[in-house]
Amino acid sequence: MTEASGLPLEGPQGPKPRRVLSRRNIFLYGTLFVITLYYAMPLYVMIVTSLKGMPEIRLGNIFSPPMEVTFEPWVKAWSQACTGLTCNGLSTGFWNSVKITIPSVILSISIASVNGYALANWKFKGANVFFTILIFGAFIPYQVMLYPIVIILREIGLYGSLGGLVLVHTIFGMPILTLLFRNYFSSLPEELFKAARVDGAKFWGIYFRIMVPMSLPIFTVAVILQVTGIWNDFLFGVVYTGPETYPMTVSLNNIVNSTQGVKEYNINMAATIITGLVPLTIYFVSGRLFVRGIAAGAVKG
Amino acid sequence: MCAALPQALLRVEAMSNSIEIKNLDLRFGSFEVLQDLNLDIGKGEFLVLLGSSGCGKSTLLNCIAGLLDVSAGQIHINGENVTWAEPSERGIGMVFQSYALYPQMTVEGNLSFGLKNAKLPKAEIAQRVKRASEILQIEPLLKRKPAALSGGQRQRVAIGRALVRDVDVFLFDEPLSNLDAKLRADLRVEIKRLHQKLNNTMVYVTHDQIEAMTLADRIAIMRDGKIMQLGTPDEIYGLPMNKYVADFIGSPSMNFIDGSIKNGAFTVDELNLSLAGYEFASGEAVDRSATLGIRPEHVVTGELVSHSPYSIDVEVELIEPTGSDKLIDCQVAGHLFRVRMDGQAQVSVGETLKLGIDPARVSLFDTATEIRL
Ligand SMILES: Nc1ncnc2c1ncn2[C@@H]1O[C@H](COP(=O)(O)OP(=O)(O)OP(=O)(O)O)[C@@H](O)[C@H]1O
Ligand SMILES: [Mg+2]
Repeated sequence: MTEASGLPLEGPQGPKPRRVLSRRNIFLYGTLFVITLYYAMPLYVMIVTSLKGMPEIRLGNIFSPPMEVTFEPWVKAWSQACTGLTCNGLSTGFWNSVKITIPSVILSISIASVNGYALANWKFKGANVFFTILIFGAFIPYQVMLYPIVIILREIGLYGSLGGLVLVHTIFGMPILTLLFRNYFSSLPEELFKAARVDGAKFWGIYFRIMVPMSLPIFTVAVILQVTGIWNDFLFGVVYTGPETYPMTVSLNNIVNSTQGVKEYNINMAATIITGLVPLTIYFVSGRLFVRGIAAGAVKG
Repeated sequence: MCAALPQALLRVEAMSNSIEIKNLDLRFGSFEVLQDLNLDIGKGEFLVLLGSSGCGKSTLLNCIAGLLDVSAGQIHINGENVTWAEPSERGIGMVFQSYALYPQMTVEGNLSFGLKNAKLPKAEIAQRVKRASEILQIEPLLKRKPAALSGGQRQRVAIGRALVRDVDVFLFDEPLSNLDAKLRADLRVEIKRLHQKLNNTMVYVTHDQIEAMTLADRIAIMRDGKIMQLGTPDEIYGLPMNKYVADFIGSPSMNFIDGSIKNGAFTVDELNLSLAGYEFASGEAVDRSATLGIRPEHVVTGELVSHSPYSIDVEVELIEPTGSDKLIDCQVAGHLFRVRMDGQAQVSVGETLKLGIDPARVSLFDTATEIRL
């Protein structure tokens, strides 16, 4: 052994050499490149167009970069573009959407996480029936319930208000979020829950002191799902709110589809980008946690 | 047996009971895990629940702890009926197999969590945490999170969490089975010391015989939710009440030979063992079919055979040296028969070996009911 160690080794050794331009790599990166292009092109066109003035747009070169960069379309989209009768731009819709999204997200996640925790850890009588009904609820098409909910909201006096829409979003988020939280909580070791009970913690004590601190990934997933879902919602927004309380997506639609005057493509592009900015930011900030949470929730259940 | 019994009775009477389990039933749906189980555990006693996997040991422990609602029956702890009481109100501390430390809290936080829930004054909490960490030698670890501890340290913290509660009853659910062999032996000794020091009641679940034998004051052998035998380690080992217990305890396990009792002797094929010296549970030998059980270590070889009441010649088929011992496989009356010899003994395969058997050390079971005769 000691003698051999002095000699240079022969044959394959160390890391296996890999060709950079193997056929597999060319295929892989080629495909990725094409897909990237497919998704990036429209975004590029939107950004470029939103920075051009109308005269330049009329030239028709949609791919050419702006000769003269102007931010006026952005300002207009935000505060002056006409949505139907009023001309306040997207700002009203934006703040409406904020006022809808934040309470809906907080409310739906708080309730669903407690639901999931109760279902996973406190196996109360009828838990399975309750859970089955909830899951069933996840598969009922929204359209079926649109009109009945209009009536219900009108009866309780919330029709056309932000509060009504918050209620609707909270209820419709419940099945999928409860499922998500239940699966995550049942993947946590059961003995932890037992230990906490021996230590005298009660329902809420265990929830807040033991479960929630261990559940950052799943809360992140839930926040992303809800923020993007509620922010992007159009159907509920247009059905359950009025012109004063339209969410941003509805405002955007009204700007882009307004039939008076010329189509101001630059303003439309800017408005669209502004509307998409919130979900985009959320993805960028928490993408990694999102993937981790989805994986963790999928382990058991 | 006759000598051991009054003593055991005396001891049980002298101590009042710490835990009394009365007619306990536990079902999961229609699946009956524990059936009509009765068990009294004395104050300061170390009771080990031993049994194969799935026999209901953890279930029984969880019932005592109040983590499972019983289907029928009662549980008393320290003379109080706690059948409906919350786990935290029962005066118990519990240690789990997976440690179950709260991952986001420091060791100190883990130890004090229960005390904070009980709303104890800060000074009292600090003092109890200090005492527990001194006893378990985990003081340098107090500020660490569980993820930064080794397996042995984690288990010590888990024991500490039961310790700070200052309770009379400790429940352990296989606390050492996640540890490696060396650490297991060390912590076993530590738990024994802890018991001698605190002198509280301990109920300890394991499926490791060595752990059970070394730790227990009494062992309860469980099978399919029933207690097959409850007794001191000596009784369990020396006087197994049925074939299951005899087979379960001891490694390598007991040799069994089916035959019959005729005229005060056990006979089958070439074997004809006079039973003079065997203490029958019923007092006398009755002719019947029976199963003879002999532990490999209770067979003598070499010069000692001449002192034995009975001897038989066998042919050595296989030798397994383990260092301290040699295990010999041979055939007696058509059954595989294992004998434990000294590690230094000179034997070779094919050789004829003389075995000496003492009827006072064998066990006899009814072939049909498998109950000790
Ligand atoms: N929640 C449950 N629902 C249905 N059956 C269960 C449940 N928990 C345990 N059982 C069953 O009860 C029986 C006893 O389980 P228990 O956990 O008490 O076994 P154990 O003796 O602790 O085994 P081990 O040594 O493997 O830990 C097993 O057959 C198990 O399948
Ligand atoms: Mg178990």
